[in-house]
Amino acid sequence: MSSTAAPAVAVGDSREVTVVDDLTRTQIVQYAGASGDFNPIHTDEAYTTQVLGLPGVFAHGMLTMALTGRALTDWFGHDRLLTFSARFRSQVWPGDTLTTTATVTGLRTLGGAQVAEVGLVTLNQAGDEVLTGAATVRLTGPAT
Amino acid sequence: MSHRFAVEPAHVLMFSRSIGEPDPPLDSPAPVPPTFVMAAAHFDPDYHLRPRPGEPWVGSSGVPSQRAARLGPGAGDEPKDEPGAAPVLHAEQRFEYHAPVRIGAVLNFSTRPGERWVKDGRSGRLEFGELVTELRDEMGRLVVTATTVTVRATPAKGADR
Repeated sequence: MSSTAAPAVAVGDSREVTVVDDLTRTQIVQYAGASGDFNPIHTDEAYTTQVLGLPGVFAHGMLTMALTGRALTDWFGHDRLLTFSARFRSQVWPGDTLTTTATVTGLRTLGGAQVAEVGLVTLNQAGDEVLTGAATVRLTGPAT
Repeated sequence: MSHRFAVEPAHVLMFSRSIGEPDPPLDSPAPVPPTFVMAAAHFDPDYHLRPRPGEPWVGSSGVPSQRAARLGPGAGDEPKDEPGAAPVLHAEQRFEYHAPVRIGAVLNFSTRPGERWVKDGRSGRLEFGELVTELRDEMGRLVVTATTVTVRATPAKGADR
């Protein structure tokens, strides 16, 4: 059981985290191995360029979501998440630097506990949205 | 059909490193990163994005495969040998956490199709589909619900549409 108290938050509170700086193909390979998703579009340059005609390999959407999740867990810890959702907006390429901004968009009560609604946006170095998402975090009541 | 997924320290370690998280403590039941349950794929015997010995694999070996196969995150999507087949892409992912997942947990998971819907526009058709994975603990209690939304985009044919 986690004994850390939930941080005090107000609507509008925001944190920005650089979740990856200059993404390497090796990190994409590590993610493929750990996650089990061996889709060659992410790790096989010959397949991606010569068969699909794409510029090269690109990261799993789920790698971007996992990176984005670090902004949440850095702020709220691992034990208080109730929901986490993401939409994949554009590709993430080797060399990308991604920054996630997490913003408290609402506070409400759910079954006697205070819950924060958090909006998430992850941008690449050009300012393009690669992922948008949201989470709900239980702020009060025991961490499960 | 459900499959067993043991949450093991070395696996969580490798996953954490791949996403830039600090190494988790390996001697206590630490919580796993919020998207770690996607690694249940390793324990799905039919997962189509993992090469299987003796079976053809769409990725390149000595000479890149000339089959313009299409793979996607949807369970049961087979590589298609049609160059015109539109790829299935991962559009969205959602998690609902009912209880924490910790190193050392043994989960059982099963996947079922969810909703399907279509959006038609001037640029073509988007076909959406959901796959809902439920991960339960050894008592059968729901721990995480993971919903994958895939999309297949079929461009509109011709300019006079």
